[in-house]
Amino acid sequence: MIAATGLSLEPAYAPAFESHGLLSLVNSFAESLRTAQHLLLDADPALWRTVRLSLAVSGSACLIAAGFGLAAGAWLAVTRLPGRRLAVAALNTLLAMPSVVVGLVVYLLLSRSGPLGSFGILFTPPAMVIAQTLLVLPIIAALSRQLVADSLRDGGDQLRSLGAGPFTCAVLMLLHERWAVVTVLLTAFGRAVSEVGAVMIVGGNIDGVTRVITTAIALETSKGDLPLALALGLVLLAVIGLVNVAIAVAHRTREPGLAGSP
Amino acid sequence: MSGDAPLLRLVAAGVHFGDVRALREVNIEVRRGEFVALVGANGSGKTTLLHALHGLVPLTGRREVDDASVPQAMVFQRPFMLRLSVRSNLHVALWLAGVARPSWNDRSAEALRRAGLEELAHRPARTLSAGQQQRLALARAWATRPDILFLDEPTASLDPSAKREIEAMLAQFASDGMTLVMSTHNLGQAKRMASRVIYLDQGEIRADLPTERFFGEHVDPRAELFLRGELTWDL
Repeated sequence: MIAATGLSLEPAYAPAFESHGLLSLVNSFAESLRTAQHLLLDADPALWRTVRLSLAVSGSACLIAAGFGLAAGAWLAVTRLPGRRLAVAALNTLLAMPSVVVGLVVYLLLSRSGPLGSFGILFTPPAMVIAQTLLVLPIIAALSRQLVADSLRDGGDQLRSLGAGPFTCAVLMLLHERWAVVTVLLTAFGRAVSEVGAVMIVGGNIDGVTRVITTAIALETSKGDLPLALALGLVLLAVIGLVNVAIAVAHRTREPGLAGSP
Repeated sequence: MSGDAPLLRLVAAGVHFGDVRALREVNIEVRRGEFVALVGANGSGKTTLLHALHGLVPLTGRREVDDASVPQAMVFQRPFMLRLSVRSNLHVALWLAGVARPSWNDRSAEALRRAGLEELAHRPARTLSAGQQQRLALARAWATRPDILFLDEPTASLDPSAKREIEAMLAQFASDGMTLVMSTHNLGQAKRMASRVIYLDQGEIRADLPTERFFGEHVDPRAELFLRGELTWDL
């Protein structure tokens, strides 16, 4: 039983790892698969609440970060201002920012004595959205900058010849590479939905309020219920897999002729 | 050649790419209604001169345009098409050219008719063949109604049939009074289509003559060598 996570599970589904070795590992993984299957098929309300919150927090963070990140990436790809190389290097460095550091910074900003403490949103989903937005913003900006820069090498002269200014060229290249942009956004979403450090620090892993799948996995792992922790991971992968399949189907349905085009 | 004032002029124009001098002290005038062919060996500066005339590269010296609002367009050797439909590519070009939206459909339909691509209006542009994409590039340029059109080896790597189609479109543009400046390796094409030929060598203009004189007179020792080498292949 998993009272602390809020997830209910029959004892038969949740044996602990009792022995070691490869056979034990295989058995445990098979057990985790069965557990994940039951969690999904039984439509456990606590599980779905956790999944919904995970998707809502990470989805919102990616949408907000996409607005700023794509614009910043496009601008960095075309600007010739001094310091551009330094900005790009700094952006690429931020790709490796540990999520706990982001969580700590947001915690300090939002804590009662911090500059944004008056908003009173620490340990709420909006705080988690802010943390994940800051986490994935560099990913979206850096990858979209590279995408636009590469495309401009191919067709920048043509667009400028048609009368496009630098930023218009960059925006048109984002449109041109829109499916690659979707991949960038999926990458960012994957990073957001799979991180645990930032949301744990600023969300507090409160059952029914700020508990997301990754913090639930961390909790179950610390309690020693590894099959359930693994099952929750599989549920998360299944949800992300469905999102990917939906996007791939939309791509092929909307632009079948471009499936293999350069 | 018309007797009008130059539409476009480069004065002592030079282009550098790092330590490489791609264009050296070039002086050139392009007059309204001319069909100018730029010929020369690989790396002689033809494409750089086209880019300089079009204003796509920074240069030393001066670039003077008769009227700053003279509409210009360029067709590249490898046309770049956005991953959009044929018609949307035309609409983007019209939007960038500042054409009012209500006339986009008429303009693009007329351009596609001229290029023989009406049936392909809704196809993704990048799925067209190389020849069709080059015709689309010409249609896109024509749709913006340029006074002067720059063409960078527009028929290179096309099969003979596609080449003939492109040449027919260019002849039509020229007969409509459009000013054309085209780089080409195909001396036969230059002889057939151009009213004036400019020979470039190592970033310098070595000959600038009406087509009959360029092909009929001893113009420059290096141009003679170039012509002899190319004539065996293309004429």
